Amino acid sequence: MLADKDRIFTNLYGFHDWRLAGARARGIWDNTKAILDRGADAIIDEMKKSGLRGRGGAGFPTGLKWSFMPKEVKDRPHYLVVNADESEPGTCKDRDILRHDPHTLIEGCLIAAFSMKAHAAYIYVRGEFYNEAQHLKAAVKEAYEAGLIGKNACGSGWDFDLYVHRGAGAYICGEETALLESLEGKKGMPRLKPPFPAGAGLYGCPTTVNNVESIAVAPTILRRGASWFSSFGRPNNAGTKLFCISGHVNKPCNVEEAMSIPLRELIEKHAGGVRGGWDNLLAVIPGGASVPVLPKEICDTVLMDFDALREQRSGLGTAAVIVMDKSTDIVKAIARLSYFYKHESCGQCTPCREGTGWMWRVMERMVTGDARIEEIDALEDVTKQVEGHTICALGDAAAWPIQGLIRHFRPEMERRIRTRTQKLAAE
Amino acid sequence: MAMITADPKDVPQVASFSFTPEYMEKVKAEIAQYPPGRQASAVIGVLDLAQRQHGWLPRVAMDEVAKLLDMAPIRVYEIATFYTMFQLKPKGKYLLQVCTTTPCWLRGSDGVMKACREAADDVTFTVQEVECLGGCVNAPVVQINDDFYEDLDEASTRKLLDAFRRGETPKPGPQIDRQASAPVGGPTTLKGE
Repeated sequence: MLADKDRIFTNLYGFHDWRLAGARARGIWDNTKAILDRGADAIIDEMKKSGLRGRGGAGFPTGLKWSFMPKEVKDRPHYLVVNADESEPGTCKDRDILRHDPHTLIEGCLIAAFSMKAHAAYIYVRGEFYNEAQHLKAAVKEAYEAGLIGKNACGSGWDFDLYVHRGAGAYICGEETALLESLEGKKGMPRLKPPFPAGAGLYGCPTTVNNVESIAVAPTILRRGASWFSSFGRPNNAGTKLFCISGHVNKPCNVEEAMSIPLRELIEKHAGGVRGGWDNLLAVIPGGASVPVLPKEICDTVLMDFDALREQRSGLGTAAVIVMDKSTDIVKAIARLSYFYKHESCGQCTPCREGTGWMWRVMERMVTGDARIEEIDALEDVTKQVEGHTICALGDAAAWPIQGLIRHFRPEMERRIRTRTQKLAAE
Repeated sequence: MAMITADPKDVPQVASFSFTPEYMEKVKAEIAQYPPGRQASAVIGVLDLAQRQHGWLPRVAMDEVAKLLDMAPIRVYEIATFYTMFQLKPKGKYLLQVCTTTPCWLRGSDGVMKACREAADDVTFTVQEVECLGGCVNAPVVQINDDFYEDLDEASTRKLLDAFRRGETPKPGPQIDRQASAPVGGPTTLKGE
């Protein structure tokens, strides 16, 4: 188990003061100037060496992403945008950073913006997190007043402004280009890429969009060194990670653990085990609603990291572990996710706009068994028609849970259809 | 699609809307967050302020926001109908946003929704089913105005709503004995200082 001394989020649960004085006591803002004095290239290099992969779901290497920004500022200013539009079902980790450790995030913003030559950053907080945004705003104000950000931030000679922007309820704004559209005052409809945000992002200027957790871990990585961070987890899956364990466990919770921890150990050590014991486990969605569900026999041994979960045709996603015990109506659990994606589709691309509704309606019939066996194949075929045929990944995210269900629980779907058919025939 | 529309017959006539001086200060602060000429970026924030002042968003308020931000009114209507937090018709004193997405459903949001539906009268309580609120390890969650009430079940939801009815404001957060997202019974980590 990860030792407390190696945990980055030392106020995850809010037992301590989240304000500046408390943050300083926990080592945040400790000689930040010295980090900035290393220079942008050295910072980005260290981030690359740490092996940090983006914590928002896609797992793209953070240091590499930072290096895509133009080396020099030309006619257009650079921007850092932090994605705090946390809405992936199962995921509630960024919320704890915003409300209990906001200074970790703010310090990370300064360092990241400095290394990408951005004088301004926006943190896009989902609208429902009203109280969390108030904490963050208060912390930003404290940081300005203490000279940590603003003109000559931390005495580094770098001017840095940080703004908190609240959303108003739209899952799609968690997609980085939809987020930028929303930040510009438009509907959150994803943009075609290229151009990528590093070339033309916010207001057409070079922009990097990072998840809250990716930015918030940066100061500690730079203080303790890339080799410290990469000593946790398997190669290519480095670091510590916030896990959210929800559903049918005895003690749902958030916890920071080492990457590559076995799923079973994570659940039993921190979440009090599966309700009714491990043998009562039916399935787990290991990385937020978008990733395919895994049946118990895979959960017995699978490790919680990008590569291990991909080998099982699922994914680490946001590391939001949704546990379902044997009492769960698994088809209904996935059908509810299909409804979610139908509700949240922005409507821009036809395969997603029409496909999410179609898939949800068929899934509802699969719940009751009011379908024909061949329709399972038709459903799977439609998921493949949606997947990869849309501007953003919402189409994929709607397809994958259904594909996972069919892959692992097809006999249950067929059983329902047969039972209902037989019942109708008997009547 | 997450498009919200309000049936015109549900929407009362509102003759005019203008920001109070107090709200106008907040509007200006909101606009000042963005570079010159990019005031449209403030549209969500300013619509939110209009909604806070008026209780919901009548069309005249959207028109006023359009004028203030130098936007075409249709662009503002688009925003107000795209994002789910904008209320296009009057609502009760307390807006109950009940999350029923899978993590909340697994832990009993059906019972929570039942209790909320029974309380809904559109005077004291308006109830809405919403998608994931982002409090999944404290499921089921209901957002009441700006606050999250967590770790609910049918009985505790009824108790909570009764308290609101009596004019109290119960403490937000977990409604069982636990600290934020830490496990019940105390954390397994971060125990020492």
